[in-house]
Amino acid sequence: MGRRVGLEVSLACAEAVGLCNADVVAAYPITPQTHIVEHLSEMVADGRLDAEFVPVESEHSAMSCCVGSSAAGARTFTSTSSQGLALMHEILFIAASLRMPIVMATANRSLSGPISIWNDHSDIMAERDIGWIQTFAENGQEVVDLTMHAFKVAEDKRVCLPVAVNLDGFILTHVIEPIEMPDQEEVDAYLPPFEPSQSLDPAKPISMGIVGMPEIYTEAKKANMVALEESYEVIKEHWDGLAKQFGRTYKPIESYRTDDAEVLFVTMGSLGETVMTAVDQMRDDGIKVGQVRIRLWRPFPLDDFMEAIAGAKTLIVIDRALCPGIPAGPVATELRGMMYAKGAKQYVANFVCGLGGRDVTRSQFVEMVQEAQKAAANGEEMTCRMVGVKE
Amino acid sequence: MISAAEALKDFQKITPKTIPLVEPFSKGHRACQGCGEVLALRMVAKAVGMDMIAVSATGCMEIISSSYQTAWETPWIHVAFENAAAVASGVEAGRKALIRKGRIKDVGAKVVAFAGDGATADIGLQALSGALERGHDFTYICLDNEAYMNTGIQRSSSTPYGAMTTTSPPGPHSKGQMTWKKNMPMIAAAHNVPYVATASPAWHVDLMNKVKKAVTIPGPAYIHIYSPCPTGWRCGPETSIEAARLAVQTKVFPLFEVIDGQFILSRDIKKPKPVEEYLKGQKRFSHLKPEDIAYIQKRVDADYDRLLKLVQVTTPEA
Repeated sequence: MGRRVGLEVSLACAEAVGLCNADVVAAYPITPQTHIVEHLSEMVADGRLDAEFVPVESEHSAMSCCVGSSAAGARTFTSTSSQGLALMHEILFIAASLRMPIVMATANRSLSGPISIWNDHSDIMAERDIGWIQTFAENGQEVVDLTMHAFKVAEDKRVCLPVAVNLDGFILTHVIEPIEMPDQEEVDAYLPPFEPSQSLDPAKPISMGIVGMPEIYTEAKKANMVALEESYEVIKEHWDGLAKQFGRTYKPIESYRTDDAEVLFVTMGSLGETVMTAVDQMRDDGIKVGQVRIRLWRPFPLDDFMEAIAGAKTLIVIDRALCPGIPAGPVATELRGMMYAKGAKQYVANFVCGLGGRDVTRSQFVEMVQEAQKAAANGEEMTCRMVGVKE
Repeated sequence: MISAAEALKDFQKITPKTIPLVEPFSKGHRACQGCGEVLALRMVAKAVGMDMIAVSATGCMEIISSSYQTAWETPWIHVAFENAAAVASGVEAGRKALIRKGRIKDVGAKVVAFAGDGATADIGLQALSGALERGHDFTYICLDNEAYMNTGIQRSSSTPYGAMTTTSPPGPHSKGQMTWKKNMPMIAAAHNVPYVATASPAWHVDLMNKVKKAVTIPGPAYIHIYSPCPTGWRCGPETSIEAARLAVQTKVFPLFEVIDGQFILSRDIKKPKPVEEYLKGQKRFSHLKPEDIAYIQKRVDADYDRLLKLVQVTTPEA
């Protein structure tokens, strides 16, 4: 059995990587990811983790180094944030197209400018189409569990894709939480050693990263897309395995008090827990409100999502990033597009909040419900509203 | 870690009679006629042998070796343009961890990164510096053809002074390339790595011995290879080795090694030919006036003298 400890979430993340027995960690420091990689380098220095810690000179090289070590057949981990993720941008696509099962903890942070070290989802929302599996954690326990799950899924021979586990910068990374840390035996039972189907092995030479001539490029991209789509079942399968091994259940889409709810919040990441308390308060006041949390962002679990929102009249989609030039944030833009194709009739209100570390309070969520219901009743155009802007 | 000199104590030199017969880089590539770069690459691969794990930067050698079919008989990976050194460091770190943990056998594989001058001296300089500084056990080969040939002959920081490229065209306000060639071997040597060398396909046995030394010595090694490009230099495909030879004979590209910080000349050019002889064979220099050539001669002489002084200071017994 694991033991319940009070631990900073970054340290718990690093401990989880250690329990997963990573072979290579290549990382470059950036706030608020630093505690994760500092702790990993300590574990290596103390001999608690038998891994190569490669202190690269940039995030671009971090991801490049990860591709190299993963291609060599090593279990590979990195972590970054914000500008660091943006600097990796080019290589993120290549990691997915080369089918490298790299695991990355993304400590979500706003993007410059102006420079801001605080939390929102601008960094990862700019990387939606990199071809990675992407999950969002709501609390420290999820960070630990999703990290173990990430290796399990990434290295599954039916998948062979990199996985990004998103955790909110500071709000999660720098907070001490009660966490159930599993035993090594339990993790070993869940996650066997990485057996790559192909690697850079002089005994079995292969060429990786060849030119995609027009005759094969489209097919290569299609194969990549299919692999990501088909990873959905494997992701669920390994969440089931995680539930059996550790007793904690995860679903691609989580629902909270959605039965008979007319209005549903759609959230991602740690803000979801604040919304839960707002939902509880409003339920006490007799307002029929509930919540849907997106844990699996890529591949997007559309059927689960449609099922979760089926009974609602109004959705309040919370965005933590902007899509300048489009009257909605990235999450709302995508959901509306997918819902339209499904013939959905819900009114989709969209609020952008919590940019660059701005707190969003429970009362603001209550106001959002009032505003959304009023707009829906009046048939107002569904443009995005920025919450709490000082004007 | 043992010193380079110690690692080379029992070094068995390659001689014209013992040139390896293996071809890790083989048939089926699509390089231009007379390409000096692919010839140098083949020599490097022969010297490393079948235990090579090659990492290529984007560029001519990557494109010509991997469209439709692969010319690599050993494991090979290409990721992007600027990151060959970073990818190589990952391959090395990954294998090191797996060998230590008993997951794979130590077969003495040699990680060798290949990159052009743009991928080395410009866009990949940071990744290279990082990998050299971290001390990974790998060899970095810069195949220098003195411009971005793969994209159509644009200037790089490794393009020589006065050369015409498509982005350094000569004209009433330009002599062609207006800056002096970046000295990559010296930059590599400044990282205090155990082994740095320059090499030329015109001295193929010397080139192969340098590569063999580089992969024998533990830790990072850097070899800068002069790689004539008839297409980009505007010269006949049959003249590329001649151009490579003249570059050495005119002191434009001196051949030397830096072993544990000691500079050693591979070939002292006691009776140098005038640089004009080298320049006149290539149309990329055809617009240069006598005063431009005199300026180049002066700087080439000064650079060579500085190299000689480095040799005298660091290797006084030589």
